[in-house]
Amino acid sequence: MDERKTVLQVKDLQTTFFTDSGEIPAVDHIDFHLREGEILGIVGESGCGKSVTSLSIMGLVPKPPGKVVGGNILFGDKDLLTLNEKQMRRIRGNDIAMIFQEPMTSLNPLFSIGNQMTEAVRIHEKGWSKKKAEGKAIEMLKLVGLPRAEEMMRDYPHQLSGGMRQRVMIAMALVCDPKVLIADEPTTALDVTIQAQILKLMRELNTRLNTAVLLITHDLGVVAETCERVIVMYAGQIIEEAPVKMIFDDPQHPYTKGLIQSVPDMRFKKDRLYSIPGSVPKPGSIQHGCRFAARCEFAFDRCLTENPELYETSDVHQTRCFLYDREGVEQHDNKALIES
Amino acid sequence: MTTKPLLKVEGLKKYFPIKKGILGRTVGHVKAVDDVSFYVNEGETLGIVGESGCGKSTTGRMLMRLLEPTEGKVEFDGKDLTSLSTEEMRKTRRDIQMVFQDPYASLNPRHTIEKILEEPLIVHGMDNAKERKKKVHEFLEIVGLSAYHAKRYPHQFSGGQRQRIGIARALMTNPKLIIADEPVSALDVSIQSQVLNLMQDLQKEFNLTYIFIAHDLGVVRHISDRVGVMYLGKIVEMADSEQLYAKPLHPYTQALLSAVPVPDPDFKKEQILLEGDIPNPANPPSGCTFHTRCPYKMEICTKVTPRLIEHDSGHSVACHLYSEQVDNDIKQLEGSI
Repeated sequence: MDERKTVLQVKDLQTTFFTDSGEIPAVDHIDFHLREGEILGIVGESGCGKSVTSLSIMGLVPKPPGKVVGGNILFGDKDLLTLNEKQMRRIRGNDIAMIFQEPMTSLNPLFSIGNQMTEAVRIHEKGWSKKKAEGKAIEMLKLVGLPRAEEMMRDYPHQLSGGMRQRVMIAMALVCDPKVLIADEPTTALDVTIQAQILKLMRELNTRLNTAVLLITHDLGVVAETCERVIVMYAGQIIEEAPVKMIFDDPQHPYTKGLIQSVPDMRFKKDRLYSIPGSVPKPGSIQHGCRFAARCEFAFDRCLTENPELYETSDVHQTRCFLYDREGVEQHDNKALIES
Repeated sequence: MTTKPLLKVEGLKKYFPIKKGILGRTVGHVKAVDDVSFYVNEGETLGIVGESGCGKSTTGRMLMRLLEPTEGKVEFDGKDLTSLSTEEMRKTRRDIQMVFQDPYASLNPRHTIEKILEEPLIVHGMDNAKERKKKVHEFLEIVGLSAYHAKRYPHQFSGGQRQRIGIARALMTNPKLIIADEPVSALDVSIQSQVLNLMQDLQKEFNLTYIFIAHDLGVVRHISDRVGVMYLGKIVEMADSEQLYAKPLHPYTQALLSAVPVPDPDFKKEQILLEGDIPNPANPPSGCTFHTRCPYKMEICTKVTPRLIEHDSGHSVACHLYSEQVDNDIKQLEGSI
């Protein structure tokens, strides 16, 4: 078992969007924890709720229409959901930092890098002189591997390339030595050669600073290369959780299996790709049964009426599928017997 | 499969002028595509890969003359497209169709699917109203949708379904060549594989030739027979896809392939990390444009631009590492004589 302390615990989190066309449960009762110094991946396709999960942790869900309607987010001895905006602001950046997909929209185009970096430092280190803050900013820029850091302080965001901007964002996020870094699709907008640089940087910083990383991505390759443990989300729910090796060697949920087989592998050519039929259901459209049932080749009667829970298949592996419930296996086998 | 080239491109160039000052004087050029030559055989799929700004999309657009080439020849089915008049070119586009990346932006939101699919037929004066309608329904079924979808509007479809509509539209005029510019990069993995399979099925059914432009190396390998790798407006390597992925020759291709994350945590590979970023195409490095990031840089690379030379049969590479080899071979040959 892993001995490391849990830094962040999400319990029964529910985030709902209240729109004109009804209530949409974007995140539907999810539980997970993040350990000290660990890289945990959340993977899923668009609309599965992975980004809303991260925004809920940071208290950044756009309100209205969104609202966290239930659950707890425990960080240390605090429940982040009970904090007011002022207390929350102290947590953000200091204890939990976040980087986003598009580094251009996250930086202010009107201020120089130096200006924005020192601002970030001085918000969190009250009473530091400008000089001292600048020194820290330059140190951080060097830490993330930016050449000519001193000169870069005078540059504006548009003068930097996408990869450099993402490095600046990481530097800024790490200024206050946060315990948790949430990275929401940090390399999706970057080219592969630059992506490789940024992922390597994130792994290095994780080992060096012992920052726990919650990496949100749709790219299974990125997960395989970066994460220790993986959570797979589908339609607002966690459907599988396991150490990264197990997810790829022994995927259990039919969705995870299908997803892994759908990715064209660069190393060898398949004649035909596996494809999961149909498309992701609209959030909230499925009231009864497993949310994946309509696309699942193993679905049986029970899948259409009951919502499966997360079944533990080993100490570290959980799957939301009736095939891994003892009762479910029997029913499924019986049905197969009758059919044959 | 026949091996007649359907499309032959020679010395294709596109220089975008950089204008400065109130008078808008041209102070330089961005060499978006710089002397690109290749061919595509009938019935095959040519993949073009490269990172952003390498000129892969500009190349695709020039083939259809959606952008006018600065220089070069595009020979399609025996005709030189660059010398055709606008009207003749318009007629030729019946045989060359395009599928775009963004299925949200490439369908008119105010038109029904029926109107969108019918339009290419009207433009090219094909069929009468009744036949057109029949054809719309037929092609909707072919791409995996249903005839009743014809009355709906684009916003009622998901991304994957919209891309299917985009493909159906491209097929309406019975084209010979389809240029697909990042057709699956906006789609989720599970939908991406559906669309790739559909494109492969259609290729067999209608004997289509594809030019498949994408940045995802896994996707390109899956669908392509041959692959060209572009860097800063030039093709740096071109080979059969099996050969290119098994034995990449150009240092850029090697780095690019090693940078792709593989969905298998047990797979340990040697990663060649490239330093720095892609240089500014308005002011590309002298000699070989890759020399600023190349781990095997030699003196000659900063001075002389390497040409794309056939190294093995069907495997061409533009790199001095190999041209030297050729030179040596020649010397050896001369010596033995």
